Amino acid sequence: MLGYLLIAPAAIILLGLLAYPLVLGVWLSLTSATLGKAGEFVGLQNYATILADPIFRGAAAYSVFYTVCSEVGKLVLGLALALVLNQQFRGYRAARALMLLPWVAPTVLSALAWLWLLDPQFSALSWLLVQLHLVHSNVDFLGHPWPARFSLIVVNIWRGLPYFAIGYLAGLQSISKDLYEAAAIDGADGWQAFRRITWPLLAPITTILVAFSSIFTLTDFQLIWTITRGGPTDATQVFTTLAYQRAISGGQLGEGAAIAISPIVFMVVLAFFVVRSVREK
Amino acid sequence: MKHLDRREFLATSAAGIGAAALTGAFPSLASAADASPFKPEKDAKLELLRWSGFVKADDTIWAENTKKFTAATGVPVQIQSLNWPDVTPKAALAAQVGSGPDIVMGWNDDPFVYPDKLVDMTDVVENLGKAHGGWYDNARSYCFDQDVKRWVALPVGVTGNALNYRKSWAREAGFNEFPKDLDGMLKMARGMKKNGHPTGFALGHAVGDANSWTHWILWAFGGKQANPDNSIAINSPETNGALQYGKALYETMIDGVSGWTDASNNQAFLAGKIGLTMNGISIWYVAKEQFPAIFPDCANAIPPYGPVKTHTIANNFTSAYVFKYSKYPNAAKDYLRFMLDQAQAGPWVTGMLGYVTPALKGYADLPIWTQDPNITPYRDVMQGAKYDGYNGKPGKAAAQALDEFVLVDMFADVCVNNMAPKDAMRKAETRLNTIYKRA
Repeated sequence: MLGYLLIAPAAIILLGLLAYPLVLGVWLSLTSATLGKAGEFVGLQNYATILADPIFRGAAAYSVFYTVCSEVGKLVLGLALALVLNQQFRGYRAARALMLLPWVAPTVLSALAWLWLLDPQFSALSWLLVQLHLVHSNVDFLGHPWPARFSLIVVNIWRGLPYFAIGYLAGLQSISKDLYEAAAIDGADGWQAFRRITWPLLAPITTILVAFSSIFTLTDFQLIWTITRGGPTDATQVFTTLAYQRAISGGQLGEGAAIAISPIVFMVVLAFFVVRSVREK
Repeated sequence: MKHLDRREFLATSAAGIGAAALTGAFPSLASAADASPFKPEKDAKLELLRWSGFVKADDTIWAENTKKFTAATGVPVQIQSLNWPDVTPKAALAAQVGSGPDIVMGWNDDPFVYPDKLVDMTDVVENLGKAHGGWYDNARSYCFDQDVKRWVALPVGVTGNALNYRKSWAREAGFNEFPKDLDGMLKMARGMKKNGHPTGFALGHAVGDANSWTHWILWAFGGKQANPDNSIAINSPETNGALQYGKALYETMIDGVSGWTDASNNQAFLAGKIGLTMNGISIWYVAKEQFPAIFPDCANAIPPYGPVKTHTIANNFTSAYVFKYSKYPNAAKDYLRFMLDQAQAGPWVTGMLGYVTPALKGYADLPIWTQDPNITPYRDVMQGAKYDGYNGKPGKAAAQALDEFVLVDMFADVCVNNMAPKDAMRKAETRLNTIYKRA
């Protein structure tokens, strides 16, 4: 009995702050609720509606594409950055601190900065490319579907890079130097040491980093809403922006909740692989 | 307080407003409060959520007028200002949770999304309408809910949309005066582009600037989103004409308009990158205040008419509504009546150089509208103004279609994505059918 009493505060917090909103979201997705009206139970009708909606299907496809591309980019660049920062060079401590800037800056602020960097008329990035004679005129980063989609992926990679880098840096520092010395004695070169020692020992942390980051990326809202609002022509809609547009701006809470709940399918699959992977390790 | 009629007000306002502002000598506030048919509740206090002013004088004068209200009635009013597109979601959440600001000054058909949550404003509408020459038709379209059959919001006015252009570049293109019809405007735009001065109209998900010009062009060709019975009417030869025109106009535009936000056209115009755009008077106001080098060359014009031969202007309509959860609905009504009464609204509109065109017809006679010919088009934007979802029933469905940028994306599909007009119309029609059926 005492045990239950002791865990009660934590259980109440978990149920109140985590479970309640989730359960409410699921319930709303099964109703015809609109802003200010509770609506009626409609079963899976909202899900049927969104599945038939080409804008939702486009948003789901781009959400997955955005997440996969961003995660690959962040993983590769984050690992490379961690390998560099794992060396002790002049000013390495300052470099490690600076690396965190994209991660600690408020998302909306960095999104606004990127909005300027990607502006069709006043982009500093375009200016640089013109100065380097790589392009003849300003690049229209956000005006057409695919450039806009890739631009957002680049911004997401920029923002999430420190999370991977700092995670990998911690992982690298926990690897015993003895292993590398033994490998060197056995005649292993740098690449072999990385492939046979570093990468296998970083695998558990990779799983955790990718899992958590994928969840953050799949539910990303601020970057996309600030930069494109899902445009042009719904090309950069993701689950969250579309859910917000339908539920909050449009007042269709039931349909918006169904859209917001949809990525849970992907997250459950992801969680399954993560748990299995961690257990195997 | 005896309400001055329009002529009496105007006879005294030019000198009186200025003198009052200089000396701080406001009209008798106590009598203003006594005469009001709305008696604030005991210990009332109010919270207003509104959009941040696009011009500095808006916020300043609104706050000064609010202080006058508090001085007259003892009711404190806390003002919370937000970036304008953020008011809609914040108000929506307040409606949903039943808690938040007493009054919201919001946009377009927002009140139609949750009419049951809003206080009946019919009495304030009638009171002000009687005192100030009645309301423009647009006021009823945006504030009278046809489902619940009452005024769910108090019309305030519009941040009008007119055309802003560079006079010298128009002259170089052969136009000493701004064209009166769309064909003339296209010729001018082509001439300007040829001379290295493109036009710029937002085609991204820019809430105000993309919706304004696309709706104007659609209506100018006789296109309409819906019929009066709310059946979808977008797929029509008239819409086809509008899309063809939009495509031709797009060819005169600067690169990148399909990624523009609401701030982009202002920046491009003030930086001299474009010679023609559509915006509120804020663009001209900022030029006047901060860009003296280009200001003498900046001019404004009423949007030309198209084949329908009448003006078809899409403005951003702002209205104020009171939530039923407010403990002080009478105080809220009294505050709004006070703020839109002549002693307050006159200086407010004048100080903003007409940024908000009031929905009350009486204020069309304010001297500010003719003080500079570039301000006059913003007085006239209410005439011929139509509403979101025209010619269907104003309400939830129209609000949702606007929020989803259905018409903007239809134009963008044709202009940017090179979709055939018939396919873009069909795509919009499918989406509108879903929205209207659901609502």
